[in-house]
Amino acid sequence: MKILSWIYLAAAYAFVFLPVVVLVVFSFQDGRLPVPPFQGFSLQWYDKILSDPALMTALWHSALVAFISSALALLMGFLAAHALARVKLPGSVLLRGLLIAPMTVSYLIIALGLLTTFNQTGVPLSLWTAGIGHVVINLPLCFAVAYAAMGDHQKNAERAARDLGANEAQILWHISAPMLTPALAAAFFLSVTFSWDEFIIAFLLTRFDVTLPVQIWSMLRSGLSPATNAVGSLVFLVSISAVFLMEIFLFRRPK
Amino acid sequence: MTANVSIQSVTQTYGAALALDHVSLEIAAGEFVVLLGPSGCGKTTLLNLIGGFAEPVSGRVLIGGKDMAGVSPAQRPTTTVFQDYALFPHMTLADNVGFGLRMRGVAKAERRTKAEDMLTLVGLPGKGDRRPHELSGGQRQRVALARALAVAPDVLLLDEPLGALDLKLRRAMQDELKAIQRRVGTTFVHVTHDQEEAMAIADRIVVMSAGKIADTGPPREVYLRPKSLFSAAFMGEINQIAVQNGQSPLGPLVPGTGTLLIRPEAIGLTGALPLGPCRVEDAAFFGTHVRAHVTPLSAPHTRLTVHLAQASAVEPGTILDLAATDHVMLETK
Repeated sequence: MKILSWIYLAAAYAFVFLPVVVLVVFSFQDGRLPVPPFQGFSLQWYDKILSDPALMTALWHSALVAFISSALALLMGFLAAHALARVKLPGSVLLRGLLIAPMTVSYLIIALGLLTTFNQTGVPLSLWTAGIGHVVINLPLCFAVAYAAMGDHQKNAERAARDLGANEAQILWHISAPMLTPALAAAFFLSVTFSWDEFIIAFLLTRFDVTLPVQIWSMLRSGLSPATNAVGSLVFLVSISAVFLMEIFLFRRPK
Repeated sequence: MTANVSIQSVTQTYGAALALDHVSLEIAAGEFVVLLGPSGCGKTTLLNLIGGFAEPVSGRVLIGGKDMAGVSPAQRPTTTVFQDYALFPHMTLADNVGFGLRMRGVAKAERRTKAEDMLTLVGLPGKGDRRPHELSGGQRQRVALARALAVAPDVLLLDEPLGALDLKLRRAMQDELKAIQRRVGTTFVHVTHDQEEAMAIADRIVVMSAGKIADTGPPREVYLRPKSLFSAAFMGEINQIAVQNGQSPLGPLVPGTGTLLIRPEAIGLTGALPLGPCRVEDAAFFGTHVRAHVTPLSAPHTRLTVHLAQASAVEPGTILDLAATDHVMLETK
């Protein structure tokens, strides 16, 4: 029985990670096609993509969009969570539900909705419009994480700060946000990974300046190449770093 | 810094519930007042009205002669020590204590000096760089006290500050609290449900019950000369004997109609008010005294609780001729 469990465990991990492993392995392929057999180790494809200005620009755009849209989603989510956790509003359950609702809507629908809106209002498509789309998908996440982290502990500390002469902005800055740092950092890095990997919204809402997933998509249209594997590996490396940072903040919080 | 507090016919409701019912109270500058009562009596509500965490439905709260209506907690000359300490976990003790000064725009160096002074005052000198999680419960409470006193409030509000401490630590902190209050001269308004704590620290005790003040006075007066049945019973164990036109179950003891109140420790073998021969029902050694239940032979349905001298060896069935050295007659109006 014990051996079966270990086999199952190994199989489960293999199932999850095999595609990634294959991707990474063939990014080092010393040949023109990222398919077996493996013909030898080479860094030529990394060299090629790192010296490709279009790819590097797209990478920079992706980072820009990910960080700015996540910061914005975090700020808005935190403020909304703080308000709904502290102030008794009529229909606050409904307000909370509406804030989380976009999580259940497909990215394609959100992208189409925003595309129609931007076309109607004459807003030109750019990295900014893609960023707005990413705020839409990450705001519910940031809100939910921040809201779940707000407890009576913070509430009492906020009350004490108010008593000692702090105004509401000072309370948010000096007390609420620092006390919630682990949760807020986790929400931020999770948002960054979602935005970094996101394709559909970025594809539909950008035009001349594109993000990395969109650039990879156009590379794929000219056929398979170990270069795409190399880009994919880099994207994966960034995502896994962000998730790793998030885990550090979320699970290794100081007592 | 210190100021008087004037509470004028204050009423507070929570939904349909009446939390405070036309309460009026004058607190002198520099006085140590304890609001005492069971949970739900309105003592914390009253504290919150002084601190500005709630506004009364009717009536006025004046601090230092100024009407506090519409003045936020931050703007009031009050600070609060909370039961759960409510320290800021991400700040050092010095930053915790200096927080109020920081909000008042005091420069960093001056804050640091003041914080160290306050930490010394509460018995934690040189601990400014520690963080709250490194401290014990009693030490956290001291930091909360230092933080509230650092801004030199006119009135310090204490919301069951010793409630979370164990008994021994609580008694030690009481003495210290009293000493600190003498030193700083600030008006202290302290809420508790522990009557021993109240007697240990208060200049004046305000006993509250069901949204009203049941009694008020110095500890000795509230304990020995209670003005209501509620405060008599809340301050400690007491024997209540119904008197009708000078007649009680034990025969004629005192004139009038009402309730005769006698503390267990006021009953002994000698005294001005004879209770007659009583049979001991049970007795137990309590260290400082022997606590016994007795039944007067003249009133077989009356049971009295008495505290006899430590040395007395009494057995159930013993007949003692008892008398009261002190008593209070609460007349029915």
